[in-house]
Amino acid sequence: MDDHLELTAAYALDAVDPRERERYEAHLATCDRCREELASFWTVSGALAHAAGGPAPAPALRERILAQARSERPNLVPLRPRWALPAAASVAAVAAMLALALGLWGSSLAGELDRERSARAGAGEALAIVSDPGAHTVAFRGAEGHVVVSETGKAAVVLAGLDPAPEGKTYELWVVRNGVPRPAGLFEGSEARLVQVLTRPVPADAKVAVTLEDAGGVDTPTGPPLFETI
Amino acid sequence: MRIRDHAHLSDEALVALVARSDEGALAELYDRVGGIAYGLAYRVLRDEALAEDAVQEAFLGLWRAAATFIPERAKASTWILTLVHRRAVDLVRREERRRSEPLDEAPEGATGSAEDNAWLHLERERVQGALRLLPDQQREALELAYYGGFTQSELAERLGQPLGTIKSRMFSGLARLRELLDDSAERGSWTTTSS
Ligand SMILES: [Zn+2]
Repeated sequence: MDDHLELTAAYALDAVDPRERERYEAHLATCDRCREELASFWTVSGALAHAAGGPAPAPALRERILAQARSERPNLVPLRPRWALPAAASVAAVAAMLALALGLWGSSLAGELDRERSARAGAGEALAIVSDPGAHTVAFRGAEGHVVVSETGKAAVVLAGLDPAPEGKTYELWVVRNGVPRPAGLFEGSEARLVQVLTRPVPADAKVAVTLEDAGGVDTPTGPPLFETI
Repeated sequence: MRIRDHAHLSDEALVALVARSDEGALAELYDRVGGIAYGLAYRVLRDEALAEDAVQEAFLGLWRAAATFIPERAKASTWILTLVHRRAVDLVRREERRRSEPLDEAPEGATGSAEDNAWLHLERERVQGALRLLPDQQREALELAYYGGFTQSELAERLGQPLGTIKSRMFSGLARLRELLDDSAERGSWTTTSS
């Protein structure tokens, strides 16, 4: 049997150590069969969750989660999140957890694998930003998505349902401060989802904008933004 | 836009709304999955505060990353439970809270369990029934791994078996459980939400 296929069960049960987890996830990016098997095994481990039989949560948990979510509403001034977490390992752990969401459930269409792989290269950094408990989010106006800005100013855009850039064109990100746009990276767009790290930090008083430019990008935008943050 | 009644929407539709920062959709998802999620986290962690942390982080992760969820690969509830379990296991390992006897019964039903609706109750019995049909060694491996938070290497050491044996018990156990669950879903008089 494919050794990885057997490891799929252990992975679906979270019975792997961090090193095994990393190795397996690297394999997953290249193996449709394991991805299919994993999706199926996850359904079984999800069933095991139903049989866990622990007690009911305190009603306050629901309110706390909703309040925290509200405080992070992209279009509101962010409150400082206060996670009752021991600081150290938490960010990395949440990042690992979110890898499930950001990477592994991607389309399994063979033709997209290269894109998947290159997307994954920047995924570690994107995950660290998106899952930073101190991060805040700002919504885009005119597109479905938002910018997540970590406490250090490192930022990632999360976009969904954006048409791929036309042939010979590219989307370009801008960090706009005091009316001056500075280039912050290029991306191709994707029907499904997109997480892209900005190449420059986003100060608190700056906006993030997106334009469509000729492939290769430009130093100054050639037109008004397609959309920008609120 | 305000959706006033979320109750009729599928989990996946709710996730799509969560991606647009719809709080009501998040609340509805919590109402559907939060109880199971907490019960699971508690079973793994045996600590209320840590279990709450695990659930809170998973739902916050959902809130932030819902736009990246691709529904064709998994049910939304499975996704949430996977996030919660991953987080609970990471926490239990870090805290080194695992009990030497991880199979102690969790205090089920003590304060009214998560199964305040009939479907959840039936689903729980169905899965527990299927688990009982597994060969003892396979069931033991699955339970220690999934509820106990042990890695395969730790299990090998704990059970005094080669790693390969543990791997194959987990694989065979999970595959067999899948068959049993498929069978009981076809045979059963209740419907599952799997689509
Ligand atoms: Zn494989």
